[in-house]
Amino acid sequence: MKPVAENKKHRVPILSTQGFSALKFLSPTLVIFITFVLVPVFFSFILSFHKWNMFSAARSFVGLSNYSRLFRDPEFWQVLKNTLVYTLGTVPLNMGFSLAVAVLLDRRIFGKKWVRTAFFAPVVISPVAAAVIWRWMYDPNFGLFNYFLGWFRLGPVNWLNDPRSAMFALILMGVWKSFGVNMVLFSAGLQGIPESYYEAAEIDGAGKWTRFWRITVPLLSPTTFFILVMSMIGSFQVFDTVWVLTSGGPLGSTKVMVFYIYEHAFKFFEMGYASAVAYVLFAMLAFLALIQVKAMKSSVLDAT
Amino acid sequence: MTGSPTHRPAVRRAAGSFAMHLAVYILALCTVAPFLWMILTSFKDLGDIFVYPPKWLPAGLHPENYVRAFQAAPFGRFYLNSLAVALTVTAGQLVTCSMAAFAFARLRFRGRDLLFYIFLGTMMIPYHVTMIPSFMILHRLGWIDTYKALIVPGLASAFGTFLLRQFFLSIPKDLEDSAYIDGCSRFGVLWRIILPLSKPALATLAIFTFMGVFNDFIWALVVINSEEMRTVQLGLAVFRDRYVTEWDLLMAGSVTATLPILMVFFFAQKYFIKGITLSGLKE
Repeated sequence: MKPVAENKKHRVPILSTQGFSALKFLSPTLVIFITFVLVPVFFSFILSFHKWNMFSAARSFVGLSNYSRLFRDPEFWQVLKNTLVYTLGTVPLNMGFSLAVAVLLDRRIFGKKWVRTAFFAPVVISPVAAAVIWRWMYDPNFGLFNYFLGWFRLGPVNWLNDPRSAMFALILMGVWKSFGVNMVLFSAGLQGIPESYYEAAEIDGAGKWTRFWRITVPLLSPTTFFILVMSMIGSFQVFDTVWVLTSGGPLGSTKVMVFYIYEHAFKFFEMGYASAVAYVLFAMLAFLALIQVKAMKSSVLDAT
Repeated sequence: MTGSPTHRPAVRRAAGSFAMHLAVYILALCTVAPFLWMILTSFKDLGDIFVYPPKWLPAGLHPENYVRAFQAAPFGRFYLNSLAVALTVTAGQLVTCSMAAFAFARLRFRGRDLLFYIFLGTMMIPYHVTMIPSFMILHRLGWIDTYKALIVPGLASAFGTFLLRQFFLSIPKDLEDSAYIDGCSRFGVLWRIILPLSKPALATLAIFTFMGVFNDFIWALVVINSEEMRTVQLGLAVFRDRYVTEWDLLMAGSVTATLPILMVFFFAQKYFIKGITLSGLKE
């Protein structure tokens, strides 16, 4: 900090100059945000009422017909169903498993740091690479999964080429890839529960399970709810792993909403229709987010 | 010592602890098994790969799989692309986010809180809503299939701004006041006082951003057409379409695409975990 000779301008920040200064500090962020977030959000809303292939100059207003087409398209319903199945499969498995691991790690475990690293590692790698590895493990002839099933005289299953098993394969991989996130969040929640509650319950003769159901579960419920909503929002947007693992097949059995949006926008160049589907997805996610905000508010009110 | 009653609980506790440890270790091993399988397969030749029952250990080491993978596709070029894009976006976000966070945390101006809430709200907008118009804007600018398309839209982040703002608010103002009295400008205060005190938050943002950009797939898929502009992830996805069953090359490619992130993660774990905890919504 070199002393500037009598620079009175900065001696006391004057209120009126702060607005201008703030603009300077915010301008890079604002330029990017307006160009790539705010304008696109409005533009895609407008686009969802138009028919446009992007290359021709002609862009015709078609009213609500993109939306009505969407509700009449059986493939859209299939895709919506697939997305819901993926979400309903992934979220409970993920939450159950991550809670179990967090509870196991919430005590003195030898080498806990290493174990935690192992559980978290799948989270940081790219979904593309993860899906390539899992494709190999799901190989019907030489894959590890059928080998393990063979131990129990089961299988072989044609994991990724059978519409009955492909979604399950995708769910299993999704759980592996992301349970580390929820494990970390649950661990933080568990650490917030005072040890004295457990000690008091133990003195009163409460067993392990009683302590878990009567103390851990209720006191963890705000964390649990947060994780539930966030995991659902994440699962609704699955794409990368689907692209590499199954490409939406076989027979469209793993085609999910973002896949459908991508296909209509960048394969068929139906920008208007794709925007309409994107807005339907947006509305569903916004609804979930709204529940989250409402719940957070009420839990804050309860606490005060 | 045949179990005197006083010893039983201790024995039982030891057995319980042993069972607990065993369960945790087995689960952890299952979680990393796909990584081990990937690394081991990447060193096998096809004769070792297509065997039933599968063999864990390769009969002979074949590091030339990596050379062949790099010959089959320009993974070296993909790497440079990914690193250049991820490092530029990370550096850019550190600048733009710390500036914006400074304005939100330290300056008083009309509409500040409203603007901040709008910012927070945009974190809830799914990527896929803005994706199509963003593509069109880049198309109009003639930036499709260039580094600019991969970099520029990522140069600002609501999450990063939020993270740094929260951190800046926790820094006491006394130091800055005396700096202003010494004639320091606002940029000077941000650069010389606030940022040096914010290293943990900056590290979290940097690592988290780097991971997100390095692992990104869908955006690269949308804006990149030519082979030499592909990132590692896009390159790997195309590679897997072309070499469907050449698992030696595919696994070598996968190791290539995961190794840098795993190394960074290994040495800077706590920043990853902090970032994930704060954002909470990564799939």
